[in-house]
Amino acid sequence: MLPYLPLLIVFGVAPSIYALDLAFTNVGGGWVGFHNFVRTYNDFRFLSAFRHVLVYTCVWLGALIVFVVGLALLLHGRANRVSATFRFLFYMPGALAGSAAVLVWLFMLDPSVSPGSFLLHHVLGADIFAQSIAPGNLPFIFAMIAFWTGAGGWIVVMYGALNTIPHDLEEAARIDGAGPITIALRLKLPLMRKWIAYMVILSFATGTQLFVEPQIVQTASFGLVPDTWSANQLAYQLAFRYADFNGAAAIAVDLLMIGLVGAVLIVTRSGLFRTDD
Amino acid sequence: MRLRVVGLGVRLTVLAMFAVFFIAPVVWLVLAPTKSDKALITSSPFSFGDFHHVALAWKHLDAFSSHIFRRWIGNTLFYAVSATAITLVAGVPAGYGLAIGRFPGRKLVLSLTLVVMIVPGAALVLPIFLELNAVHLIGSSLSVILPFAFFPFGVYLAYLYYATALPPSLLDAARVDGCGELQTFLRVALPLAKPIVALVFFFSFVADWNNFFLPYVVLADSNQYPITVGLWDLLSSTPSFNPAVGGGGQSVKIFKPELALATLIAVVPVAIVFLFSQRALVRGLVGGAVKE
Repeated sequence: MLPYLPLLIVFGVAPSIYALDLAFTNVGGGWVGFHNFVRTYNDFRFLSAFRHVLVYTCVWLGALIVFVVGLALLLHGRANRVSATFRFLFYMPGALAGSAAVLVWLFMLDPSVSPGSFLLHHVLGADIFAQSIAPGNLPFIFAMIAFWTGAGGWIVVMYGALNTIPHDLEEAARIDGAGPITIALRLKLPLMRKWIAYMVILSFATGTQLFVEPQIVQTASFGLVPDTWSANQLAYQLAFRYADFNGAAAIAVDLLMIGLVGAVLIVTRSGLFRTDD
Repeated sequence: MRLRVVGLGVRLTVLAMFAVFFIAPVVWLVLAPTKSDKALITSSPFSFGDFHHVALAWKHLDAFSSHIFRRWIGNTLFYAVSATAITLVAGVPAGYGLAIGRFPGRKLVLSLTLVVMIVPGAALVLPIFLELNAVHLIGSSLSVILPFAFFPFGVYLAYLYYATALPPSLLDAARVDGCGELQTFLRVALPLAKPIVALVFFFSFVADWNNFFLPYVVLADSNQYPITVGLWDLLSSTPSFNPAVGGGGQSVKIFKPELALATLIAVVPVAIVFLFSQRALVRGLVGGAVKE
């Protein structure tokens, strides 16, 4: 117990409290109420950053819900070895999380080397790299990268949840004349609800924190992508370029609140985590 | 019957299409370093070049900024291994204490652990930066290792394991035999926790290895970068994606094959961990949640 408590306090609790303290004070440490929040809200980059992040998160969540649930249902009921192979293939890109995945996708989005150059041409209308990362495409591109690295894990989780459905329940439904689609919609989907809710809340909270992807793409974009594309990037720029730690803290607190609300919802409502015996 | 065959065909086609989406970029990445920068554009994306080009790409990559690439890999190993070691030393006894002990504040510590575990890591990066900045720890390797070492998920896994899989009678037996609390933990509980130690090691190692945001924010000297931030540094020094670098790229000789090789090397350790612990890692996503 002893060595863990200081870590929990110093890197779990204290940063949050310190950020709160900074967010409600000025450089001199004087109490300023919500001034920093209002000030950063009125920053011309604030709303667009949050809008970007929101669009990205919605696209990503939509893809996760439709494809993860769909693919898990498709995999369920396949011969075991076929299904295991597919699950492994879907899951493998998870090893490339973080900056490596973004680099891989920079290549994939560069029509000159990408194996999908015909898709880039027909779907995005892009013949050169700069057109691929046009501002309107970015939320979709980031959502795709996040989906590419993370969806496989969720598919495996959903598949696991599906396997808990008692076999005789499915059998009974079949005898009652339910086809595979009816069984999927009426029986399997409701039993996955808890896991889907968990995935949605967790991904929503994670999605709003987006930083790595836009930060790296911005480096490769020749000034095309602003360095304050996402909310976390804006906070980072406030702290690093303008040394406005109070403003950065205010945005960090905004984001932290989203994460906290999500976490508390999951812990208290989902029943997936054990907090007592 | 015919309808079923068609249904099966549709199912398999959809699955195969997604498999291509997930795997094609990985295959491309593995093949890319075998080709020259020019061949990457002219030859078919999935063709194999030759090993000579891999060696050449490595030569250029290794020469970049006087062997800094090796340094980045070394740094990453150092950060990930030392943080994971602290995670284990601090986390496993903590999980044990939370599961076995009855002390005031236990529920509070447990709830805090859970909440911090689920709050996305990125939400805490800037607050941690602001805090470290206030105590002037920025730029030290401790500013990466210590926050990495705080790994509530590991504590929760250990807690869950001790709370569900360890029979209390075993501990009582040890105590009757004259073991003190510390000895009971070291002699009985710890040896039983081998699977959980392995699990926590994997999760913590992978999370630390892949982390970009925190080291990016708290480290200033490129000699201290882990490989994730190193890749970004490499990207910003090549004209391949960053025309601003212009002629500078010619002198550093970092082009697409070198960049692909660097990315590949950067993910190999994690890919190996993934291959060997697929099932275990999946349990991590479920957050060690209630039995499936």
